[in-house]
Amino acid sequence: MVKVRFFAVLKKVVGRDGIDVDLHQQKLTLGQLLGQIERELPKVRDILKEGKVLISINQEMARETDLVQDGDEVALLPPFAGG
Amino acid sequence: MEEVKGRKSSSLLERVRIQEEDFSVEEETRKIKESSKRVGGVVSFLGTARDFSKGRDINKIDFEYYPGMAEKKLSEIREQALRDYDIIDLSIIHRVGPIQIGENIVLIVVGAEHRKDAFRACSWCIDELKRITPIWKKETTPQGEVWVEEHP
Repeated sequence: MVKVRFFAVLKKVVGRDGIDVDLHQQKLTLGQLLGQIERELPKVRDILKEGKVLISINQEMARETDLVQDGDEVALLPPFAGG
Repeated sequence: MEEVKGRKSSSLLERVRIQEEDFSVEEETRKIKESSKRVGGVVSFLGTARDFSKGRDINKIDFEYYPGMAEKKLSEIREQALRDYDIIDLSIIHRVGPIQIGENIVLIVVGAEHRKDAFRACSWCIDELKRITPIWKKETTPQGEVWVEEHP
């Protein structure tokens, strides 16, 4: 399972704070995983389309070509507004 | 945790914290002053909640954060500042949860022998915090709730 977490405006729009994704023993890139999430939750696609959401894998910033594996935690991070 | 020139890890000394409760600027300043007798100057940045932003009246704000990653990023910021600037110690504290107008949000305190790098490190830290830390702000206005997008 890959645990996917949503925050802030994404959490509000989607209406949940995350989903678990079963990789079914496949090797997936982050980009492929996002595609799967978008198909299951179309509202995520609308927000990702704006191009402002960053993605982390196990709390480190990641790129769409990075691989995800079982046990990873992926987070979709809207633009930060701390401080 | 590695000790470099007497610097202990941020978690050991609670130099980096994310918390709901308010902090004491005086108390945090005292801790940095007491970190070394070499401290000749302390520079602080205190971020507070204001009632007007981007043309909207704000009634209250709420901060959300990514537990684990946010603290990690603040620690990384602290470690980099200690490397890049001639400073002795620094603390970063960010509140989360509901915050009323006028209340404290974030505090950065920097102690150094001399003031020049204390000012520079403090300024860099708040800029970097805003750039890389997974913390989000929701403003409650008469028109409803808005998740703020900071424009660079």
